[in-house]
Amino acid sequence: MLQTVALSGSRGQRQLFSDVSVTVRPGTLLAVAGANGSGKTSFLRILCGLLSPDGGTILWQGKDIHQLKELYRAQLMYIGHLNGIKDELTPIENLTLSACLAGDDSSGTTVQKALEAVGLGRPVHLLPTRVLSQGQKRRVALARLWLSTRPLWFLDEPFASLDAVATTYLTQRLQSHLSDGGMVVVSTHQEIALPTDSVQHLRLTQ
Amino acid sequence: MSQPSLSEALRGVVRRDLLLAMRHRSDVAMSIFFVVIVASLFPLGVGPEAAVLRMIGPGVLWVTALLACLLSLGRLFTADYLDGVLEQTALIPQSLAVLVIGKVFAHWVISGLPVVLLSPLLGLQFGLGGDSLGVLTLSLLLGTPTLSMIGGIGAALTLGLRGSGLLVALLVLPLFVPVLIFGAGAVTSSLAGIGSEANLSLLGACFMLSLAFAPWATAVALRIALE
Amino acid sequence: MAINWFKYSSPQAFLPLAGRMIPWFSVAALASICVGLYIGFFVAPTDFQQGDSYRIIFVHVPAAWMSMFLYVVMAIWAGLGLGLNARPSFMMAQAIAPTGAMFTFLALLTGAMWGKPTWGAWWVWDARLTSELILLFQYVGIILLRASIDDLRRADRASAVLALVGVVNVPIIYFSVKWWNTLHQGASVTMTESKMATPMVAAMLIMMLGFWMYSFAVTLARMRCVILDRERQPSWSKHSSIHDVVEAR
Repeated sequence: MLQTVALSGSRGQRQLFSDVSVTVRPGTLLAVAGANGSGKTSFLRILCGLLSPDGGTILWQGKDIHQLKELYRAQLMYIGHLNGIKDELTPIENLTLSACLAGDDSSGTTVQKALEAVGLGRPVHLLPTRVLSQGQKRRVALARLWLSTRPLWFLDEPFASLDAVATTYLTQRLQSHLSDGGMVVVSTHQEIALPTDSVQHLRLTQ
Repeated sequence: MSQPSLSEALRGVVRRDLLLAMRHRSDVAMSIFFVVIVASLFPLGVGPEAAVLRMIGPGVLWVTALLACLLSLGRLFTADYLDGVLEQTALIPQSLAVLVIGKVFAHWVISGLPVVLLSPLLGLQFGLGGDSLGVLTLSLLLGTPTLSMIGGIGAALTLGLRGSGLLVALLVLPLFVPVLIFGAGAVTSSLAGIGSEANLSLLGACFMLSLAFAPWATAVALRIALE
Repeated sequence: MAINWFKYSSPQAFLPLAGRMIPWFSVAALASICVGLYIGFFVAPTDFQQGDSYRIIFVHVPAAWMSMFLYVVMAIWAGLGLGLNARPSFMMAQAIAPTGAMFTFLALLTGAMWGKPTWGAWWVWDARLTSELILLFQYVGIILLRASIDDLRRADRASAVLALVGVVNVPIIYFSVKWWNTLHQGASVTMTESKMATPMVAAMLIMMLGFWMYSFAVTLARMRCVILDRERQPSWSKHSSIHDVVEAR
């Protein structure tokens, strides 16, 4: 269970949000909304530990994440605006390395299945990522979600640059993750097609 | 919950960088040719007298290796920073300092090791012979990884900044000076017949010191840059 | 009567306090430097070997010492800033750097002025001068790094890391350059002072005091500029000059 207590954040000299207290329970998705520049990305990065908050605390299973450090990082998966994949490597290579570095199953068949689940089967998965479209690159980045066994996911505008088909795949994956008791924090402009009792909304304002 | 072991994470980081280097084999060639060209500039500038070249040889070769390291620092973290791989690396549940050692090691294999292997040939160009060639190679073998580790701090501090090429040089050259002094000093003392053990052990001390502190400072600087 | 020092750690309270302290430090600096220079230039005896040209060491040596002390002080503030995540500490480090660089430059300049009549050359690769030169590069690096980063928090923390890395480097540089000097026997010239008569020691110490007072005065003045520059949003700093801020309190 993830909890924030009176969290406030700023970027440069600008105060983004203050006094945000929210709880994300297993099986729920927190949808963070707000105008452009309202601090959604910073909010997610603060929750991951990449950015320091101005004030407040973040608790994972009741303990401060800044004390847990590596123990907390082992529980989370973050996919930000940047895809985190190498253009010179093929989707298979990228995903195998990501899985290896996450401690997940990186065997050939599992990785292949994950790519197929996002619609990147043969022969696309053997091309260098550089020649793929933006949407396809985004799918490669998101394919990690099919390999991950970590409970807490942070996704920054994951539906951006995805077409309708990929959006369905992702929504289904999010649903199965929530059913397994996982938690998701998503920043998004659009409505997510999930049962309303598993979705919480947070709107960031100054 | 899944967590890679420290050695798995380290191997993964090194493997990725070496795999990328294989796709860009020209990077290795660039380091080699840079060192060869720059080392050849000095006789052209100073004159081909053997005695003069033997005297300036250790210093010239060391400065050339130093400049090669400096110029290659841009490739250490920048690409990872721009495509988001660096923030993923920072989120790996292991010590970022150890992962930095992995990255620096891979970087050294690509940019530093070729220079070390080439150094006997360059030494011959400057009239160094026998023992002093061995000392030159050994000093570069100890010195180039040290320079890469120290350089990593500068690369991390200037990540994503405009004009970072020159800025890195300004930040990192004062930190390179002791390594240069002991490295070139080892070869000079070998040539003078004094014995290079003192300089080489000081060089070794620099290596150990940088191994102990530089990756940690680099990790701190990387987290600052990722905020 | 215990003074509550912590109340001055907020920039708003620090500004007028600094303003009151600066004139005292400036006067003390001016007085000490004048006395020190008088003793150094007129009272201390003419040197047996170097004649009157040696007198520049009364500026050179205190300046060199100051450049090193200030670097260490700056590194301490940088370390405090990183450890306590305290913005005022970073501001102090920011305020000290230019003064430290100035003293380093002064040491190099006066070193050259000493070198010319003594050794016949404007520059000698003496261990101390060479170490001073590298120290200047380190100062300039810190100032330029801060100038290259637009985000204030990143600038503070990055230059703090660099200051700490650099402070570890200072003794290493000094040792390695001395080593290098002994390795290359021919170039080993040392600028050690000959036996120091009492007026000479007195002059050096008074000049040191003067330079410390000057550093306090200038650093405090720069701190005020740094504070005003950073706190542009809060209404208490929305004034046109420092006088208004003090008056408006």
